[in-house]
Amino acid sequence: MTAGVVGFALAAGALDSLFPNGVLAYALGGVCIGLGVSVIYLGTGHIVGASTFLESTLSYVSRLERFQASRFLATRDWRLVFTFGIAGGAAIYAFTIGDGVWTTQVQPWRLALGGILVGIGTRLGKGCTSGHGVCGVGSLSTTSFANVATFLLLAIGVANLVQALGVSP
Amino acid sequence: MTAQSRSGEQGGAFNAVVLVGGLLFGFGLALSNMHRPEVVLDFLQLQDLGLLFVMGGAAAVTALVFTLGTRSGRSAPLTGRRYGRRLKSMDRNVLFGGAIFGVGWGLSGICPGAAYASVGVGNLPILWGIGGMFVGAYAQGYVRSARRTRTSTPTRE
Repeated sequence: MTAGVVGFALAAGALDSLFPNGVLAYALGGVCIGLGVSVIYLGTGHIVGASTFLESTLSYVSRLERFQASRFLATRDWRLVFTFGIAGGAAIYAFTIGDGVWTTQVQPWRLALGGILVGIGTRLGKGCTSGHGVCGVGSLSTTSFANVATFLLLAIGVANLVQALGVSP
Repeated sequence: MTAQSRSGEQGGAFNAVVLVGGLLFGFGLALSNMHRPEVVLDFLQLQDLGLLFVMGGAAAVTALVFTLGTRSGRSAPLTGRRYGRRLKSMDRNVLFGGAIFGVGWGLSGICPGAAYASVGVGNLPILWGIGGMFVGAYAQGYVRSARRTRTSTPTRE
């Protein structure tokens, strides 16, 4: 009996330390993300990811063969609308129930250098956290499982390494 | 037929659906705090595993909808596109690209959708990250276009 109570308390303590901010807002946010993808899927048949926007938008200004592919030319207009919607949806949250304007403290060189690698990696790897992580995993695609496992492992390793080197934030 | 499918891809109803989907997507990212690189870095440093519920919650919804849509055998009303799943072919690029993305994500805490959402809350420094993403996307497109031109036959149009 006592052992059971102690065990329960230990488990609850472990959960608290793994999820210091609970899980509800995270799970609800995830469901909203899934619903956004689903609305577009049910209406148009397209399965959207966020990183294709990078190349489809480059097709407006670059004549490189890679960007002039029909899959970018045919979707670049509505991908602008999708991205505008993502920023707008976050704004609606921030300025109604959220905390309003918010600015990151992560250093610009980390954002810029990380961004370059994110741009290369997501386009080479055929998707990002939304395309592979949400839509590909939701499609039970083994390709997406392999991609997600790869980027998660590397990201966890690099984030801990950077922290260990004393870079903060 | 081409004219009809083009108007279907560009019409007001099509763009309205994409906008509503984008708004929900961005609202969810902000509700789950994914627009804050600090929160993503906390996850990657294993200090707050909430991100698992974001990706899991979203994937659970898409798994249900994609499965039902594909099984129905029907097509989307606005475009006539057959409902299906997202299945990409497996090759070395999937792993190479995933690895490069992982290093960038671990260094910065930003990924494309979350960065767009972050602009919406007035987080101007995130533009460093989005600018970087465009540079990276351009660089891989430049290299791949150059390689294709070099390896293709001279008779190519």
